[in-house]
Amino acid sequence: MALENMGYLTLEELKAQTVYPTEERFRKGPVAVIECTHEIPCNPCEGSCKFGAIKIGDPITNLPGLVEANCIGCGICVAQCPGLAIFIVDKTYSDTQGTVSFPYEYNPVPEVGQEVDAVDRSGKVVCRGTVVKVQNPKSYDRTPVVTVAVDLDQVETVRSMKRL
Amino acid sequence: MAWESGVQFMIKKEVVVIGGGPSGMAAAIEAAKRGAEVLVIDANEKAGGQLFKQIHKFFGSSEHGAGVRGIDIGRDLLKEAEELGVEVWLNSVAIGLFAEKQIAVETGTDDAEKIVRVVEGEKIVIACGASENVVRFQGWTLPGIMGAGAAQTMINANRVLPGKKILMVGSGNVGLIVSYQLMQAGADVVALVEAAPNIGGYVVHASKIARAGVPIYTRHTVLEARGEGRVKEAVICEVDGKWQPVPGTEKVIEVDAIAIAAGLKPLAELAIMNGCKTKFDPILGGWAPLHDENMESSCSGIYVVGDVTGVEEANTALEEGRLAGVAIAAALGKITAEEAETEKKKIWDRLDGLRSGPHGEARMKAKDRQLADFRQLSAAEI
Ligand SMILES: Cc1cc2nc3c(=O)[nH]c(=O)nc-3n(C[C@H](O)[C@H](O)[C@H](O)COP(=O)(O)OP(=O)(O)OC[C@H]3O[C@@H](n4cnc5c(N)ncnc54)[C@H](O)[C@@H]3O)c2cc1C
Ligand code: SF4
Ligand code: SF4
Repeated sequence: MALENMGYLTLEELKAQTVYPTEERFRKGPVAVIECTHEIPCNPCEGSCKFGAIKIGDPITNLPGLVEANCIGCGICVAQCPGLAIFIVDKTYSDTQGTVSFPYEYNPVPEVGQEVDAVDRSGKVVCRGTVVKVQNPKSYDRTPVVTVAVDLDQVETVRSMKRL
Repeated sequence: MAWESGVQFMIKKEVVVIGGGPSGMAAAIEAAKRGAEVLVIDANEKAGGQLFKQIHKFFGSSEHGAGVRGIDIGRDLLKEAEELGVEVWLNSVAIGLFAEKQIAVETGTDDAEKIVRVVEGEKIVIACGASENVVRFQGWTLPGIMGAGAAQTMINANRVLPGKKILMVGSGNVGLIVSYQLMQAGADVVALVEAAPNIGGYVVHASKIARAGVPIYTRHTVLEARGEGRVKEAVICEVDGKWQPVPGTEKVIEVDAIAIAAGLKPLAELAIMNGCKTKFDPILGGWAPLHDENMESSCSGIYVVGDVTGVEEANTALEEGRLAGVAIAAALGKITAEEAETEKKKIWDRLDGLRSGPHGEARMKAKDRQLADFRQLSAAEI
């Protein structure tokens, strides 16, 4: 399996092992995609979501489950997750493009409008993307969340950007 | 008293904690909170132990300050200890622990004169943490080859980059996290090799570095380091099911540093020196002192907490420290036995939670064995 010997999951594996948002939910707007598939003692994501959209419960090693109907895609959980394992995907950004928001703890942080190399889960550059938002309020505690717009067919593939 | 001149007269404290990492500070805080007079001795110029190198957000439950960076957890601990009046000696190494609970402490830095003092503690807590294991291969003594913990100290404490093109050896959490932090500091991690078939640490950490483009080679090891005056190339190769190199699979990678994350072992020397009973357990990192539910070792009044009793995590280290702190307060008569029991039960419940799940199971069993071995020991002695 890719996860245990290469460090990342393929999209198919992810869909099989996590509570992945449905197409119907994606059509309604931005939603959290939680790529946390190891039963580790961790739950800040659950506490960070004020909408009750992430459930872990007891024991703490349960995998986080997305309650997609409750998720408004606000992105608060993205910066709170110490595993940097949560992303926001918006398939409704425009007719041809969608956005992916990801945690990005490297310097320099990109600027809005900047063209960047978008990479997949294995770090491979898959396309160009345009930075449309960079959020870094104090409450994110130095974990900036970068949003890039990419072609719609890449939103489930792109998970970060090449370091600048 | 056998101490000669050159050594300052004996200082007495109710509680002396050796090591100011999360476990030691937690023990100090819990004991001080309940009225004990506490001294913490730490070898570094700043207390906090490993926490001051951990710039990443920690896992754990919201109750444990999960999502908070290690450095910030450390800062809060120091603040709380200070407010409670805990005395801290920095740049101070416990160089010996002798009968009658006397500790020889050397204070000072290499560029200044050092003094040696002897401190006697009614109760002593050994919280020295762990040290890095080494891996030997051809050329392993070349400059540029170091422990991953040393590389982490360079970037996060001293702000010096150990190299620009780094090979990481080992995929436990330390190897994964230090790889990530090396990239944050501006270096490239050109590869990570792991001899086992699977990644050892948490996969969310592995995914972070995979996404950043680090190739992870499982079933691989480092064969040789080459270079003159400094490492310039690393030879890596595949290993078979018995961890033996597979001829013909060698790959040469250009590097200017190699970081080795081959696990940690408990720093149990002081406990051993004092005659505390130890046992070897590979899950706990090697020889570790046995202890009871109060974290008290086989030597009465000497407590062992944190990585010293088996390499785990900051969260478990904190809880073990708290256990010892509460138990000591009770033993010193600062609180009643009932008060201590209620508090300790809460701590044990949290510890069990932290040791649950597939990642904690082996540690939970190892820690249970440790307690069982201790009980056997006491039964035999009685
Ligand atoms: C790279 C890395 C990443 C980690 N990430 C996490 C994480 O995300 N979450 C988590 O929970 N844990 C993490 N840990 C583990 C965690 O840091 C340790 O388990 C924890 O710090 C152990 O605490 P401790 O108090 O036992 O020892 P330490 O933190 O090691 O503290 C021991 C202290 O004792 C001092 N000392 C030692 N010997 C003497 C002596 N003879 N005299 C005086 N002082 C002495 C040392 O200077 C040190 O300050 C990580 C560890 C590493 C290396
Ligand atoms: S994006 Fe917002 S609403 Fe959705 S799970 Fe995260 S915090 Fe909750
Ligand atoms: S905070 Fe992140 S790493 Fe922790 S359980 Fe939630 S998704 Fe997983």
